Amino acid sequence: MDVLWAEGGPLTAREVGRLIADRDLAPTTVMTVLDRLTRKGFLTRVRDGRAWRYEPAASRDAYIAELMLEALEMTGDRSAALTRFAQAVSGTEADVLRKALTELEEE
Amino acid sequence: MIAAVALAALAAVCAVSAWRMTSVRWTWRAPRAAIALWQALGLTWGLASVGALLAYALEPWGRGVIHGLVYLVTHWREPAGLQRVGALAAGLALLTVLLAVVVVAMAQTTQARRRHRLLLSLVARDEPAVPGVRVVDHPGAAAYCVPGLKSQVVISEGTLSLLSRDELAAVLAHEDAHARERHDLVLLPFAALRWVLPWSKVVRDAHASVALLVEMAADDHARLRVPPKRLATALLRFGTAGAFATPHGALGMGAENVMARVNRLVKPGPAMRRRYRYGIVAGAALLTTSAPLLWFLPQ
Repeated sequence: MDVLWAEGGPLTAREVGRLIADRDLAPTTVMTVLDRLTRKGFLTRVRDGRAWRYEPAASRDAYIAELMLEALEMTGDRSAALTRFAQAVSGTEADVLRKALTELEEE
Repeated sequence: MIAAVALAALAAVCAVSAWRMTSVRWTWRAPRAAIALWQALGLTWGLASVGALLAYALEPWGRGVIHGLVYLVTHWREPAGLQRVGALAAGLALLTVLLAVVVVAMAQTTQARRRHRLLLSLVARDEPAVPGVRVVDHPGAAAYCVPGLKSQVVISEGTLSLLSRDELAAVLAHEDAHARERHDLVLLPFAALRWVLPWSKVVRDAHASVALLVEMAADDHARLRVPPKRLATALLRFGTAGAFATPHGALGMGAENVMARVNRLVKPGPAMRRRYRYGIVAGAALLTTSAPLLWFLPQ
Protein backbone atom coordinates (compact mmCIF):
# COMPACT_ATOMS: atom_id res chain seq x y z
CA MET A 1 0.00 0.00 0.00
CA ASP A 2 2.77 2.41 0.99
CA VAL A 3 4.41 2.00 -2.38
CA LEU A 4 1.21 2.78 -4.22
CA TRP A 5 0.47 5.76 -2.00
CA ALA A 6 3.95 7.13 -2.49
CA GLU A 7 3.85 6.74 -6.23
CA GLY A 8 0.61 8.60 -6.81
CA GLY A 9 -0.18 6.87 -10.09
CA PRO A 10 -1.49 3.44 -11.11
CA LEU A 11 1.15 0.71 -11.11
CA THR A 12 1.34 -2.84 -12.38
CA ALA A 13 2.17 -5.74 -10.09
CA ARG A 14 5.63 -5.97 -11.67
CA GLU A 15 6.38 -2.32 -10.95
CA VAL A 16 5.17 -2.68 -7.35
CA GLY A 17 7.41 -5.70 -6.91
CA ARG A 18 10.39 -3.73 -8.19
CA LEU A 19 9.67 -0.81 -5.84
CA ILE A 20 9.52 -3.03 -2.76
CA ALA A 21 13.26 -3.12 -2.74
CA ASP A 22 13.97 -4.34 0.75
CA ARG A 23 12.43 -7.76 0.33
CA ASP A 24 12.92 -10.48 -2.19
CA LEU A 25 9.30 -11.15 -3.06
CA ALA A 26 8.06 -13.55 -5.68
CA PRO A 27 5.97 -11.79 -8.34
CA THR A 28 3.05 -14.11 -7.59
CA THR A 29 3.11 -13.04 -3.92
CA VAL A 30 2.84 -9.41 -4.90
CA MET A 31 0.01 -10.23 -7.27
CA THR A 32 -1.88 -12.20 -4.63
CA VAL A 33 -1.62 -9.35 -2.13
CA LEU A 34 -2.73 -6.77 -4.70
CA ASP A 35 -5.62 -9.00 -5.70
CA ARG A 36 -6.77 -9.46 -2.11
CA LEU A 37 -6.56 -5.74 -1.40
CA THR A 38 -8.63 -5.10 -4.52
CA ARG A 39 -11.31 -7.54 -3.44
CA LYS A 40 -11.51 -5.85 -0.07
CA GLY A 41 -12.03 -2.51 -1.77
CA PHE A 42 -8.74 -0.84 -0.89
CA LEU A 43 -7.45 -0.77 -4.47
CA THR A 44 -9.04 -0.17 -7.83
CA ARG A 45 -7.58 -1.65 -10.99
CA VAL A 46 -7.83 -1.05 -14.72
CA ARG A 47 -6.75 -3.24 -17.62
CA ASP A 48 -3.58 -2.15 -19.37
CA GLY A 49 -2.74 -4.52 -22.16
CA ARG A 50 -2.12 -7.90 -20.55
CA ALA A 51 -1.59 -6.56 -17.03
CA TRP A 52 -3.66 -4.81 -14.40
CA ARG A 53 -2.76 -1.36 -13.14
CA TYR A 54 -3.54 -0.84 -9.46
CA GLU A 55 -4.37 2.41 -7.67
CA PRO A 56 -5.38 3.10 -4.04
CA ALA A 57 -9.14 3.60 -3.68
CA ALA A 58 -8.64 6.26 -0.99
CA SER A 59 -5.72 8.21 0.40
CA ARG A 60 -3.80 7.16 3.47
CA ASP A 61 -5.14 10.21 5.30
CA ALA A 62 -8.71 9.17 4.58
CA TYR A 63 -8.13 5.82 6.28
CA ILE A 64 -6.41 7.48 9.22
CA ALA A 65 -9.35 9.84 9.53
CA GLU A 66 -11.74 6.89 9.53
CA LEU A 67 -9.76 5.20 12.28
CA MET A 68 -9.66 8.34 14.38
CA LEU A 69 -13.38 9.02 13.99
CA GLU A 70 -14.05 5.61 15.43
CA ALA A 71 -11.39 6.00 18.08
CA LEU A 72 -12.83 9.31 19.26
CA GLU A 73 -16.36 7.90 19.13
CA MET A 74 -17.49 10.49 16.63
CA THR A 75 -19.21 8.11 14.25
CA GLY A 76 -22.44 8.38 16.20
CA ASP A 77 -23.08 4.66 16.70
CA ARG A 78 -21.86 4.24 20.24
CA SER A 79 -20.81 0.69 19.65
CA ALA A 80 -18.78 -1.46 21.97
CA ALA A 81 -16.20 -2.21 19.32
CA LEU A 82 -13.35 -0.39 21.08
CA THR A 83 -12.49 0.40 24.67
CA ARG A 84 -11.13 3.89 24.97
CA PHE A 85 -8.94 5.48 27.59
CA ALA A 86 -10.78 8.78 27.88
CA GLN A 87 -12.55 11.32 25.78
CA ALA A 88 -11.99 14.97 25.16
CA VAL A 89 -14.70 17.20 26.53
CA SER A 90 -15.98 20.42 25.11
CA GLY A 91 -15.68 24.13 25.96
CA THR A 92 -16.50 25.07 29.54
CA GLU A 93 -16.14 21.51 30.75
CA ALA A 94 -12.55 21.49 29.62
CA ASP A 95 -11.85 24.51 31.84
CA VAL A 96 -12.78 22.49 34.92
CA LEU A 97 -10.29 19.82 33.93
CA ARG A 98 -7.59 22.34 33.04
CA LYS A 99 -7.89 23.86 36.51
CA ALA A 100 -7.67 20.46 38.16
CA LEU A 101 -4.60 19.64 36.07
CA THR A 102 -2.83 22.84 37.14
CA GLU A 103 -3.60 22.11 40.78
CA LEU A 104 -2.30 18.57 40.53
CA GLU A 105 0.91 19.65 38.86
CA GLU A 106 1.59 22.28 41.51
CA GLU A 107 1.34 19.80 44.36
CA MET B 1 -49.21 -19.52 40.09
CA ILE B 2 -46.31 -19.25 42.53
CA ALA B 3 -43.62 -19.47 39.82
CA ALA B 4 -45.22 -16.83 37.62
CA VAL B 5 -45.69 -14.41 40.53
CA ALA B 6 -42.20 -15.04 41.88
CA LEU B 7 -40.61 -14.49 38.45
CA ALA B 8 -42.62 -11.31 37.86
CA ALA B 9 -41.57 -10.05 41.28
CA LEU B 10 -37.95 -10.95 40.55
CA ALA B 11 -38.07 -9.03 37.25
CA ALA B 12 -39.52 -6.02 39.06
CA VAL B 13 -36.86 -6.22 41.78
CA CYS B 14 -34.14 -6.30 39.12
CA ALA B 15 -35.60 -3.32 37.27
CA VAL B 16 -35.91 -1.25 40.45
CA SER B 17 -32.41 -2.27 41.61
CA ALA B 18 -30.95 -1.31 38.23
CA TRP B 19 -32.64 2.04 38.46
CA ARG B 20 -31.24 2.55 41.99
CA MET B 21 -27.79 1.34 40.94
CA THR B 22 -27.51 4.11 38.35
CA SER B 23 -27.45 6.78 41.07
CA VAL B 24 -25.57 5.23 43.99
CA ARG B 25 -21.89 5.95 44.58
CA TRP B 26 -20.70 3.01 46.69
CA THR B 27 -20.20 1.11 43.46
CA TRP B 28 -17.15 3.29 42.76
CA ARG B 29 -15.44 1.85 45.82
CA ALA B 30 -15.67 -1.69 44.48
CA PRO B 31 -16.04 -1.46 40.71
CA ARG B 32 -15.39 -5.12 40.01
CA ALA B 33 -18.01 -6.36 42.47
CA ALA B 34 -20.45 -3.77 41.15
CA ILE B 35 -19.85 -4.92 37.57
CA ALA B 36 -20.62 -8.50 38.63
CA LEU B 37 -23.84 -7.30 40.24
CA TRP B 38 -24.80 -5.39 37.09
CA GLN B 39 -24.32 -8.48 34.95
CA ALA B 40 -26.44 -10.53 37.34
CA LEU B 41 -29.18 -7.89 37.36
CA GLY B 42 -29.30 -7.70 33.57
CA LEU B 43 -29.33 -11.44 33.01
CA THR B 44 -31.85 -12.13 35.78
CA TRP B 45 -34.16 -9.37 34.57
CA GLY B 46 -34.28 -10.95 31.11
CA LEU B 47 -34.75 -14.51 32.35
CA ALA B 48 -37.34 -13.49 34.94
CA SER B 49 -39.41 -11.39 32.50
CA VAL B 50 -39.50 -14.15 29.92
CA GLY B 51 -40.03 -16.77 32.63
CA ALA B 52 -42.97 -14.91 34.21
CA LEU B 53 -44.85 -14.81 30.89
CA LEU B 54 -44.10 -18.44 30.09
CA ALA B 55 -44.87 -19.63 33.61
CA TYR B 56 -48.28 -18.00 33.41
CA ALA B 57 -48.95 -19.50 29.96
CA LEU B 58 -47.92 -23.03 30.91
CA GLU B 59 -49.25 -23.00 34.46
CA PRO B 60 -52.35 -25.25 33.94
CA TRP B 61 -50.09 -28.22 33.13
CA GLY B 62 -48.24 -27.90 36.42
CA ARG B 63 -44.87 -28.80 34.92
CA GLY B 64 -42.92 -25.60 35.30
CA VAL B 65 -41.46 -23.55 32.46
CA ILE B 66 -38.75 -25.88 31.19
CA HIS B 67 -40.75 -29.12 31.28
CA GLY B 68 -43.86 -27.24 30.19
CA LEU B 69 -42.06 -26.07 27.04
CA VAL B 70 -40.81 -29.58 26.35
CA TYR B 71 -44.36 -30.90 26.80
CA LEU B 72 -45.67 -28.18 24.47
CA VAL B 73 -43.23 -29.10 21.74
CA THR B 74 -43.47 -32.87 22.05
CA HIS B 75 -47.28 -33.07 22.36
CA TRP B 76 -47.98 -29.96 20.32
CA ARG B 77 -50.86 -28.84 22.48
CA GLU B 78 -51.97 -25.24 22.86
CA PRO B 79 -52.49 -23.84 26.32
CA ALA B 80 -56.17 -23.27 27.09
CA GLY B 81 -57.48 -19.72 26.89
CA LEU B 82 -56.62 -16.69 24.85
CA GLN B 83 -54.71 -15.02 27.68
CA ARG B 84 -52.40 -17.97 28.13
CA VAL B 85 -51.74 -18.19 24.39
CA GLY B 86 -51.02 -14.46 24.36
CA ALA B 87 -48.61 -14.80 27.30
CA LEU B 88 -46.86 -17.68 25.56
CA ALA B 89 -46.44 -15.65 22.37
CA ALA B 90 -45.24 -12.59 24.28
CA GLY B 91 -42.78 -14.64 26.31
CA LEU B 92 -41.29 -16.37 23.28
CA ALA B 93 -41.16 -13.07 21.37
CA LEU B 94 -39.32 -11.34 24.22
CA LEU B 95 -36.86 -14.20 24.47
CA THR B 96 -36.24 -14.09 20.72
CA VAL B 97 -35.76 -10.31 20.72
CA LEU B 98 -33.32 -10.38 23.64
CA LEU B 99 -31.26 -13.17 22.11
CA ALA B 100 -31.34 -11.65 18.63
CA VAL B 101 -30.23 -8.25 19.89
CA VAL B 102 -27.18 -9.69 21.59
CA VAL B 103 -26.30 -11.84 18.58
CA VAL B 104 -26.70 -8.94 16.14
CA ALA B 105 -24.66 -6.64 18.40
CA MET B 106 -21.91 -9.25 18.57
CA ALA B 107 -21.90 -9.68 14.80
CA GLN B 108 -21.79 -5.93 14.19
CA THR B 109 -19.04 -5.44 16.73
CA THR B 110 -16.97 -8.23 15.22
CA GLN B 111 -17.37 -6.73 11.78
CA ALA B 112 -16.47 -3.22 12.92
CA ARG B 113 -13.39 -4.60 14.64
CA ARG B 114 -12.32 -6.57 11.58
CA ARG B 115 -12.52 -3.46 9.43
CA HIS B 116 -10.64 -1.48 12.09
CA ARG B 117 -7.88 -4.07 12.31
CA LEU B 118 -7.57 -4.19 8.55
CA LEU B 119 -7.19 -0.41 8.35
CA LEU B 120 -4.66 -0.52 11.18
CA SER B 121 -2.62 -3.09 9.32
CA LEU B 122 -2.52 -0.70 6.37
CA VAL B 123 -1.78 2.63 8.00
CA ALA B 124 -0.52 2.08 11.56
CA ARG B 125 3.16 1.75 12.35
CA ASP B 126 5.30 0.36 15.16
CA GLU B 127 7.17 2.74 17.39
CA PRO B 128 10.42 1.58 18.98
CA ALA B 129 9.75 3.69 22.09
CA VAL B 130 6.52 1.83 22.83
CA PRO B 131 6.94 -1.80 21.78
CA GLY B 132 3.80 -3.82 21.10
CA VAL B 133 1.67 -0.74 20.54
CA ARG B 134 0.40 0.43 17.17
CA VAL B 135 0.78 4.10 16.38
CA VAL B 136 -1.47 6.09 14.04
CA ASP B 137 -0.10 9.30 12.54
CA HIS B 138 -2.74 11.76 13.64
CA PRO B 139 -2.37 14.87 15.81
CA GLY B 140 -5.52 14.12 17.84
CA ALA B 141 -5.28 12.46 21.23
CA ALA B 142 -6.53 8.90 21.17
CA ALA B 143 -5.63 5.77 23.09
CA TYR B 144 -7.73 2.68 22.84
CA CYS B 145 -7.81 -1.05 22.63
CA VAL B 146 -9.28 -3.18 19.85
CA PRO B 147 -10.42 -6.14 21.89
CA GLY B 148 -10.36 -9.67 20.61
CA LEU B 149 -8.52 -12.93 21.07
CA LYS B 150 -5.41 -10.95 20.24
CA SER B 151 -6.20 -7.50 21.60
CA GLN B 152 -4.38 -4.59 20.06
CA VAL B 153 -3.51 -1.38 21.86
CA VAL B 154 -3.42 1.70 19.63
CA ILE B 155 -2.34 5.26 20.32
CA SER B 156 -2.13 8.29 18.09
CA GLU B 157 0.89 10.40 17.32
CA GLY B 158 -0.90 13.19 19.21
CA THR B 159 -0.91 11.06 22.35
CA LEU B 160 2.84 10.53 22.10
CA SER B 161 3.49 14.26 22.12
CA LEU B 162 0.76 15.08 24.65
CA LEU B 163 1.90 12.77 27.45
CA SER B 164 5.11 12.36 29.38
CA ARG B 165 6.79 8.97 29.44
CA ASP B 166 5.30 8.07 32.86
CA GLU B 167 1.86 9.15 31.81
CA LEU B 168 2.06 7.08 28.67
CA ALA B 169 3.03 4.04 30.74
CA ALA B 170 -0.02 4.68 32.92
CA VAL B 171 -2.32 4.89 29.90
CA LEU B 172 -0.90 1.67 28.47
CA ALA B 173 -1.36 -0.13 31.81
CA HIS B 174 -4.97 1.03 31.77
CA GLU B 175 -5.56 -0.23 28.24
CA ASP B 176 -3.83 -3.47 29.08
CA ALA B 177 -6.43 -4.06 31.79
CA HIS B 178 -9.24 -3.53 29.27
CA ALA B 179 -7.63 -6.02 26.93
CA ARG B 180 -6.92 -8.66 29.54
CA GLU B 181 -10.21 -8.56 31.39
CA ARG B 182 -12.23 -8.32 28.16
CA HIS B 183 -14.25 -5.35 29.38
CA ASP B 184 -15.83 -5.11 25.95
CA LEU B 185 -17.77 -8.31 26.68
CA VAL B 186 -18.99 -6.84 29.95
CA LEU B 187 -20.36 -3.83 28.11
CA LEU B 188 -21.76 -5.60 25.07
CA PRO B 189 -25.20 -6.63 26.44
CA PHE B 190 -25.79 -3.14 27.80
CA ALA B 191 -24.77 -1.50 24.55
CA ALA B 192 -27.07 -3.91 22.72
CA LEU B 193 -30.00 -3.14 24.99
CA ARG B 194 -29.37 0.54 24.53
CA TRP B 195 -29.42 0.09 20.81
CA VAL B 196 -32.98 -1.38 20.87
CA LEU B 197 -34.30 0.92 23.59
CA PRO B 198 -32.57 4.23 22.82
CA TRP B 199 -35.36 6.24 24.46
CA SER B 200 -35.23 4.42 27.79
CA LYS B 201 -33.48 6.53 30.40
CA VAL B 202 -32.82 3.57 32.71
CA VAL B 203 -31.13 1.60 29.93
CA ARG B 204 -29.07 4.62 28.93
CA ASP B 205 -28.03 5.33 32.50
CA ALA B 206 -27.29 1.66 33.10
CA HIS B 207 -24.98 1.55 30.10
CA ALA B 208 -23.23 4.74 31.20
CA SER B 209 -22.83 3.45 34.77
CA VAL B 210 -21.31 0.17 33.67
CA ALA B 211 -19.05 1.98 31.20
CA LEU B 212 -17.75 4.21 33.99
CA LEU B 213 -17.29 1.24 36.35
CA VAL B 214 -15.29 -0.55 33.66
CA GLU B 215 -12.99 2.48 33.35
CA MET B 216 -12.59 2.60 37.13
CA ALA B 217 -11.77 -1.10 37.23
CA ALA B 218 -9.08 -0.51 34.60
CA ASP B 219 -7.79 2.49 36.59
CA ASP B 220 -7.54 0.29 39.69
CA HIS B 221 -5.56 -2.24 37.72
CA ALA B 222 -3.21 0.42 36.36
CA ARG B 223 -2.57 2.03 39.76
CA LEU B 224 -1.00 -1.20 40.99
CA ARG B 225 1.78 -0.71 38.45
CA VAL B 226 2.15 3.05 38.00
CA PRO B 227 1.83 6.10 40.28
CA PRO B 228 -1.89 6.97 40.39
CA LYS B 229 -1.06 10.64 40.05
CA ARG B 230 0.46 10.07 36.62
CA LEU B 231 -2.69 8.32 35.50
CA ALA B 232 -4.75 11.23 36.83
CA THR B 233 -2.72 13.87 34.97
CA ALA B 234 -2.88 11.74 31.81
CA LEU B 235 -6.66 11.63 32.13
CA LEU B 236 -6.87 15.39 32.55
CA ARG B 237 -4.54 16.03 29.64
CA PHE B 238 -6.70 13.83 27.45
CA GLY B 239 -9.83 15.60 28.57
CA THR B 240 -8.40 19.01 27.75
CA ALA B 241 -6.96 18.07 24.37
CA GLY B 242 -9.80 20.24 23.17
CA ALA B 243 -8.89 20.67 19.51
CA PHE B 244 -10.71 17.45 18.80
CA ALA B 245 -13.56 17.85 21.24
CA THR B 246 -16.54 15.81 20.22
CA PRO B 247 -19.47 17.74 18.87
CA HIS B 248 -22.07 15.37 20.30
CA GLY B 249 -24.30 16.73 23.01
CA ALA B 250 -24.59 13.21 24.35
CA LEU B 251 -21.21 13.48 26.02
CA GLY B 252 -22.34 15.98 28.65
CA MET B 253 -21.25 13.58 31.38
CA GLY B 254 -17.70 13.67 30.05
CA ALA B 255 -16.04 16.11 32.43
CA GLU B 256 -17.97 14.81 35.41
CA ASN B 257 -16.83 11.26 34.70
CA VAL B 258 -13.22 12.31 34.19
CA MET B 259 -13.25 14.24 37.47
CA ALA B 260 -14.83 11.27 39.27
CA ARG B 261 -12.00 9.06 38.05
CA VAL B 262 -9.32 11.65 38.85
CA ASN B 263 -10.63 12.15 42.38
CA ARG B 264 -10.65 8.41 43.00
CA LEU B 265 -7.01 8.23 41.91
CA VAL B 266 -5.74 11.25 43.79
CA LYS B 267 -7.78 10.94 46.97
CA PRO B 268 -8.77 7.31 47.28
CA GLY B 269 -11.44 6.83 49.93
CA PRO B 270 -11.37 3.89 52.31
CA ALA B 271 -11.56 0.67 50.33
CA MET B 272 -14.74 -1.28 50.74
CA ARG B 273 -14.41 -3.99 53.36
CA ARG B 274 -13.57 -7.33 51.89
CA ARG B 275 -16.58 -9.04 53.41
CA TYR B 276 -18.92 -6.51 51.82
CA ARG B 277 -17.28 -7.03 48.46
CA TYR B 278 -17.63 -10.80 48.76
CA GLY B 279 -21.19 -10.27 49.93
CA ILE B 280 -22.00 -8.36 46.75
CA VAL B 281 -20.45 -11.01 44.53
CA ALA B 282 -22.26 -13.79 46.44
CA GLY B 283 -25.51 -11.86 46.07
CA ALA B 284 -24.90 -11.54 42.35
CA ALA B 285 -24.30 -15.29 42.07
CA LEU B 286 -27.45 -16.05 44.07
CA LEU B 287 -29.45 -13.70 41.87
CA THR B 288 -28.13 -15.34 38.72
CA THR B 289 -29.16 -18.82 39.89
CA SER B 290 -32.58 -17.74 41.16
CA ALA B 291 -34.27 -17.22 37.79
CA PRO B 292 -33.19 -20.55 36.22
CA LEU B 293 -34.32 -22.38 39.38
CA LEU B 294 -37.72 -20.72 39.19
CA TRP B 295 -38.00 -21.90 35.59
CA PHE B 296 -38.13 -25.42 37.02
CA LEU B 297 -40.70 -24.69 39.73
CA PRO B 298 -43.79 -26.77 38.79
CA GLN B 299 -46.47 -24.60 40.31
